Amino acid sequence: MRLTRDAMGLGLRVLNRIAGLQSMDRLGLRKPAESVIYGASRAGFATSGAASRVFRSTRALLQPARQDPQRRGELFDLEPSPEQSMLREACLDFAREQLRPAALQADTDLQIPAALRDASGELGLHLLGVPEHLGGAGPERSVISGALVAEALAQGDLGLALACLAPSAVCTALALWGDAGQQSTYLPALIGPQGPAAALAVQEPAALFDPFRLATGARRTPDGYVLDGIKSMVPLAAQAELFIVAAHLEGRGPALFLVESSNPGLAVQAEPAMGLRAAATGRLLLDKLRLPLTALVGQAQAQVYADCICLSRLGWCALAIGTAQAALDYLVPYANQRIAFGEPISHRQSVAFALATMAIDIESMRLLTWRAASCAEQALPFAEATALARRLCAEQGMRIGSDAVQLLGGHGFVKEHPVERWYRDLRAVGFMEGAVLL
Amino acid sequence: MIRLETPKKFAGLVHQASQVARQIFRPISRRYDRAEHTYPRELDALSALLDGMNAAGGHSGAGAAGVRRKAADGATGNRNGANLSTVLGTMELCWGDVGLLLSMPRQGLGNAAIASVASEEQLARFGNRWAAMAITEPGCGSDSAAIRTTAMADGDHYVLNGEKIYVTAGERAELVVVWATLDRSRGRAAIRSFVVEKGTPGFDQVRLEHKLGIRASDTAAFVLRDVRVPRANLLGDPDIDAGKGFSGVMQTFDNTRPLVAAMAVGLTRACLEQTRELLSSAGVNIDPLRPAYAQSAAAAEFLRMQADYEAARLLTLQAAWMADNRKPNSLQASMAKARAGRTATEVSLKCVELAGSLGYAEGDDGHGLLEKWARDAKILDIFEGTQQIQLLIVARRLLGKSSAELK
Repeated sequence: MRLTRDAMGLGLRVLNRIAGLQSMDRLGLRKPAESVIYGASRAGFATSGAASRVFRSTRALLQPARQDPQRRGELFDLEPSPEQSMLREACLDFAREQLRPAALQADTDLQIPAALRDASGELGLHLLGVPEHLGGAGPERSVISGALVAEALAQGDLGLALACLAPSAVCTALALWGDAGQQSTYLPALIGPQGPAAALAVQEPAALFDPFRLATGARRTPDGYVLDGIKSMVPLAAQAELFIVAAHLEGRGPALFLVESSNPGLAVQAEPAMGLRAAATGRLLLDKLRLPLTALVGQAQAQVYADCICLSRLGWCALAIGTAQAALDYLVPYANQRIAFGEPISHRQSVAFALATMAIDIESMRLLTWRAASCAEQALPFAEATALARRLCAEQGMRIGSDAVQLLGGHGFVKEHPVERWYRDLRAVGFMEGAVLL
Repeated sequence: MIRLETPKKFAGLVHQASQVARQIFRPISRRYDRAEHTYPRELDALSALLDGMNAAGGHSGAGAAGVRRKAADGATGNRNGANLSTVLGTMELCWGDVGLLLSMPRQGLGNAAIASVASEEQLARFGNRWAAMAITEPGCGSDSAAIRTTAMADGDHYVLNGEKIYVTAGERAELVVVWATLDRSRGRAAIRSFVVEKGTPGFDQVRLEHKLGIRASDTAAFVLRDVRVPRANLLGDPDIDAGKGFSGVMQTFDNTRPLVAAMAVGLTRACLEQTRELLSSAGVNIDPLRPAYAQSAAAAEFLRMQADYEAARLLTLQAAWMADNRKPNSLQASMAKARAGRTATEVSLKCVELAGSLGYAEGDDGHGLLEKWARDAKILDIFEGTQQIQLLIVARRLLGKSSAELK
């Protein structure tokens, strides 16, 4: 069924899917997930990329389809639309009922349970950034909806949220910057309910990594491009069948390239880390990787690349907010129930003030992220607003992670409580580039 | 639809306030910092202009009286009203000078109190007069439930006795809103505010303070000896058992805290603009796209300060927007005040450090005002509820604790 071209249509398809999914309740995810370890999830063992389907254009597009920018608001408004509220609620339910209970095991296993990944695919969250015309969720671009979804999922678990959202990043990037050929080749497969995993690879293994000074290089050849370099902390690296890879195009600057996992120039190496473990992070080793001319996304325009980096940073901001909110929500009842010196520790200003500061910090992280996201969806300049949101979320997010462990004391240090995992996950927010995209 | 840009309909008001700050406040800023306790005559002409702005903007005033929450007029949906326009105007004016804003006739915190809780009859009598606010006493500051100034009913009057300090604009205002207790044994439930006319027998100003900052604004101390105030000057319900008494007076703070936060936001922006210029002339350019740590330490510090500024600004707009939309905003008002007060102090002090002697030395304009702003900023983390009080309020709400449990 095709929804009418109605501004309110955004997200309804997604909501519909969520409703159907929950009524089926066939996931059985509360059972301990099977402890199957991927061959590629051990460090130092490089394999070729996931066996890839053949991506083939199924429907010729004369021109790329795009979502329209939001043009409605005139006033200052902090109220999500009724639909956005429903979407957020549905994602919060999914996070609470499905992601959180699976999080500890997924962190240990270094992978998202297959059933959970299927479920998140069926939710259709990756449709949000895709124009209705291409089977996506709605006619208008909504970066705010993306932020609400990412925050809600991260309230369940940041690592699992990243695993769920990694394919969305590629869908949204194709919707925003893909040409007609790229859209018709890749989007039909990607937006299906059992679509392949995909990931946006920007990060590189370098101290003070700057996404505008990439070490990964792309060289133009008569019939295409040759890429060399290493990408780091790529979610779902071993499973993904399609990557968008950031590389410095000689003579042009940083640019985005579509890379299929079957490409013989690509090897994947597991890169388990301090956190984000459920997202099965890995490295992409690009060794004289040859790409056709059609692999270049967005014609290597500087603005496209800058927008990609900013929208990705906003994704990390939203993930940080969700994780920080989860920590605060966990700490409030703990501080009220934990007795020390004859009364709840929440009666002590040193504890109470730390929690109050957290609440203020989370609220400000959210407002800064919303402002940048709202500018982005209205096609207003949003680079500076994004920089400020990122600064705040990186710094305050980590402080909240650290204070959360501190306030639980020894309990915060053991895996019986999720707080130590949030501490590990939140460390990524300060430096990560790519992987998510709103 | 979530959107955090300044609404177009307030662009005119913001522009006017910005012109006042630039053309009137800034040129006299240093003069009245040096000449503490001298009344800035220039403000008389300005208050006429401000009345004009209020009239032109209908309910969208730029002044302290703009915070009155009018009864629902049947309109539904998102509103951007007087609370939002008032904080936006205040931010602009305080980019100019906080002390001068506090000295603007009829824009006192007492006016905000009257606007917040006065009856229509009281509003008609007091609404157009300059009102200061008297809460603090020598023996109590943050603990306003402990005030000792008494109000005893006597016929058609209350008789007030006690001592009040730190009354902003106390010398220049025509009215002072005095907090007093109807019955000291009843604690906070018995506290009410009374509008006292200057010149009432027994109401004597005993001192003007010499201060760290906001020197353009006078800070007075009063003694009250058998001051007779008409019963009709009590703001709110006189019945101690009505239950709404103290929360009624405290409700004022929901409206004034965003205003003080807005002052802090305006001052912070002034510091950042000046510092950005200095850094730029020192060859430091701030790139929003490149990671902070890939830039110079000064650039990274600047980005951090700018993010703090933005947090304070948006929290303030949020609190005002909630008031406009009749959502309870005590929590958000305290969050805004806590964040903005702290940010103004930290940022202004850091800007002086970055500017070095250029920022430390007294000057008449530009970076010569940085040291003044760093002195002015501190009060913004103190009056209308200190940083610590705001954190207590936020914490109690968050944890569901009473003031007896979380002290």
